[in-house]
Amino acid sequence: MLKFILFRILQAIPVLLIVITVTFALVHAAPGGPFDSEKKVSPEILKNLNERYNLNAPVYEEYLDYLSSLLQGDLGPSFKYVNRSVTEMILTGLPSTLELGLYAIMIALMIGISAGLLAAVRPNTWIDYVCMSISMLGICLPSFLMGPLLVVVFGIWLEWLPVSGWGDSRWDWVLPSFTLGFAYAAYIARLTRGGMLEILSQDFIRTARAKGLSEARIVLKHALKGGLLPVVTFLGPAFAGLLSGSFIIETIFQIPGIGRLYVQAAFNRDYTMIMGTTIFFSVLIVVFNLLSDIIAATLNPRISYQAKQ
Amino acid sequence: MVYMKMIDFLRSRVSIRHRFYLFVLCSALLCGGCNQQQASNVDTGTQNQILHLGNGTEPQDLDPQTVTGEPERNIILALFEGLISRNPSNLELVPAVAETWEASADQMTYTFHLRKGAKWSNGDPVTARDFVYTFNRMLHPLLANEYATNYYPILNAEKFNRGELTDFSQVGVKASDDYTLVFTMEREWPLFFEAISDIPPVHQDTIEKFGKISDRGTEWTRPGNIVSNGPFVLDEWVPNKIIKVSRNRQYWDQGRVKLNGIYFYPIDNSTTDERMFRTGQLHMINGLPVEKIAEYQKEQPELIHIYPIYGTYYYLINTTRPPLNDIRVRKALAMSIDRNQIVTNVTKGGQIPAYSLNPPDPDGYHPLPGIEYNVENARQLLAEAGYPDGKDFPAFEIMYNTLEAHMQIAQAIQQMWLTSLNIKTTLVNQEWKVFLDTLSQKEFGIARMGSIAGIADPGDFLDSYTTSSGMNHTSWSNAEYDELVKQAISTSNRAKRFSLFQQAEAIFTDEVPLIPIYYYTKVRLMSPDLKGWKDNILDYNLYKDIYLSRE
Repeated sequence: MLKFILFRILQAIPVLLIVITVTFALVHAAPGGPFDSEKKVSPEILKNLNERYNLNAPVYEEYLDYLSSLLQGDLGPSFKYVNRSVTEMILTGLPSTLELGLYAIMIALMIGISAGLLAAVRPNTWIDYVCMSISMLGICLPSFLMGPLLVVVFGIWLEWLPVSGWGDSRWDWVLPSFTLGFAYAAYIARLTRGGMLEILSQDFIRTARAKGLSEARIVLKHALKGGLLPVVTFLGPAFAGLLSGSFIIETIFQIPGIGRLYVQAAFNRDYTMIMGTTIFFSVLIVVFNLLSDIIAATLNPRISYQAKQ
Repeated sequence: MVYMKMIDFLRSRVSIRHRFYLFVLCSALLCGGCNQQQASNVDTGTQNQILHLGNGTEPQDLDPQTVTGEPERNIILALFEGLISRNPSNLELVPAVAETWEASADQMTYTFHLRKGAKWSNGDPVTARDFVYTFNRMLHPLLANEYATNYYPILNAEKFNRGELTDFSQVGVKASDDYTLVFTMEREWPLFFEAISDIPPVHQDTIEKFGKISDRGTEWTRPGNIVSNGPFVLDEWVPNKIIKVSRNRQYWDQGRVKLNGIYFYPIDNSTTDERMFRTGQLHMINGLPVEKIAEYQKEQPELIHIYPIYGTYYYLINTTRPPLNDIRVRKALAMSIDRNQIVTNVTKGGQIPAYSLNPPDPDGYHPLPGIEYNVENARQLLAEAGYPDGKDFPAFEIMYNTLEAHMQIAQAIQQMWLTSLNIKTTLVNQEWKVFLDTLSQKEFGIARMGSIAGIADPGDFLDSYTTSSGMNHTSWSNAEYDELVKQAISTSNRAKRFSLFQQAEAIFTDEVPLIPIYYYTKVRLMSPDLKGWKDNILDYNLYKDIYLSRE
């Protein structure tokens, strides 16, 4: 087990290095620089600005400088938010994004697994059709439509829930978490249904039925563990996706998270911030993939660590 | 386990219909639980004199000498105070840190007498030396202030800023004693007072506690570190969430300040902005999605404020690219845009059709009438240029930076040119920084642009299109125009100055390096609780005059 984890961590290093290099190259290849504005700054001033941010050096030198400061854990100063470092900005935004992601994934699991189970237990009945149509809707409705829709209904017409903010009132987490979680709930429902249907048709379930166990016991005790495997493998990438994909939700609901930082950085050509957030998200994705592999392996004895190597 | 038991229970004992009722009941309870009306920001804010403002993008920094944007300016105006301010009702200069000021007869020396009671938020007196330090920092070559060039008329300012002179005592900004500040000019600068007003001083000890005089982005602007001299002090700054300022107890004019605090919310999405306003979380927002303007005007006209500001939206022409290098073609293009239709059907925010680069200023310069809408003449000019009925006219692209509003205008104009001149164009949108790059590479036929000036004077606009200007992406160049603008800018006599500007403008309008589309307006939503706000062409207000009350 330990060997497997170590191996995977080692594998992550070249992946991250490639991410860093490609991002660095893309960022520098994009037209326009961090100090461009409608009013052209004079050449002397531009030279001074570039000097300050080490942009006068040749690109390869800049790249090596960046790598060496990265190794020391320094992501550099933000070009746009000049009195803050990239690390500080990420750490300031992280709690909101993490919280949002956690709430969303919990909502997604609760709704998704329940709907998937219901559908799997009564396949091809109206319950199944209703659950699956709603989940289809969840997959198809983009969050930039879903979010404002929920806001209009629950925030503006019914006035039940706050339409924006994070941590300012007791209920402001509800709408963003639901919006973000709903699309994933839909995937999870379909995965659960598929996994459960497969398991429920297997021999050991028939044996359990023959023993006269209650349907609920069969479904929840015997089938669920195997039936949820696809969901577990999906969870890792899903959580990483939730965190890095929360940009739209953060904008609609005015949440001070890192999703917004990430996209603003690209528009501002905030080189260090783009690099910092990209590296941060890549690490997240690597870590969550690893975690979900470990959990999947624990749940399913057929997957051996050896085989994965 | 609990989950398992519950499903077990549901599945064994409860019929489907009852399960449905149970579900409805649970959801009702859940939602009922949320249905607790919280007092809105506007309600509590109005009660406690706390103003809640939507403030656009997250500020870059709050260092008055390095930032350039409007969101930053809004906050800095609350935190700092310059030598002079303006009266928002008529934009006349009024005393701020300086009590009185005078110009020498030859307009080459300006003297400010500072008030003795002005203090920094830490209790230190604000002195003339603070202003000398401020100008020293602003002109410091290593600080790389993007607007430093504006102050070059001050004696030796240019040399110092270029690094040719390192001794700041030779620059024309001097404190003859603690409360007397003297500026000496290198050349005449008619708009000196307007330009110098509202330049906030900075506190030397604070700057140098966190870095050198020329350091950008040190921590001196953080809450707890910053020392400022305006009506408010910085309390809290959470990036992308909120900036809170509260009353400065050391401020000399405290009696006039009515607000206890201002909360600035960095909201970069105008739909979110509007939603927050609608649900009572903000007293005022700046800008409104186009599609909402008509709705507010019809349903709640008391909330919407529309007023002209000193700015123009226009289409740049790449005057080196054939056939746009032909003045007749440029004129034909300008003549066939129906501005009235654009402002009433597309932009809808009360914008005014524009025929000149300079917007009209009721108290100042009146631009000459420009090229009017006239399709007949346009067709004729096009025929003279060799393209009767648009025949063989090479297609060109209309560029704009990615934004719904720009796209709609471009589509309207594309249609107008097609129907009236039979000229085909393609629309190209680019992300802002790419767009700026395209402009400076001159890789465009026609591109949209806009200017808004901080001083209501034609100088800024006309100077942007001289041959050497960094903003002149049109490649248009006219020596006579350059000379006239240069002369006008340094002419103090207002009548003479304006007449020189008019001569320059006549050349400009006649050669059409750009096509003016409309003069900008400001569209704001404002709670009726907000009092003391003045609509003016500079969109300039003093927070010390603003208060909240509900009748």
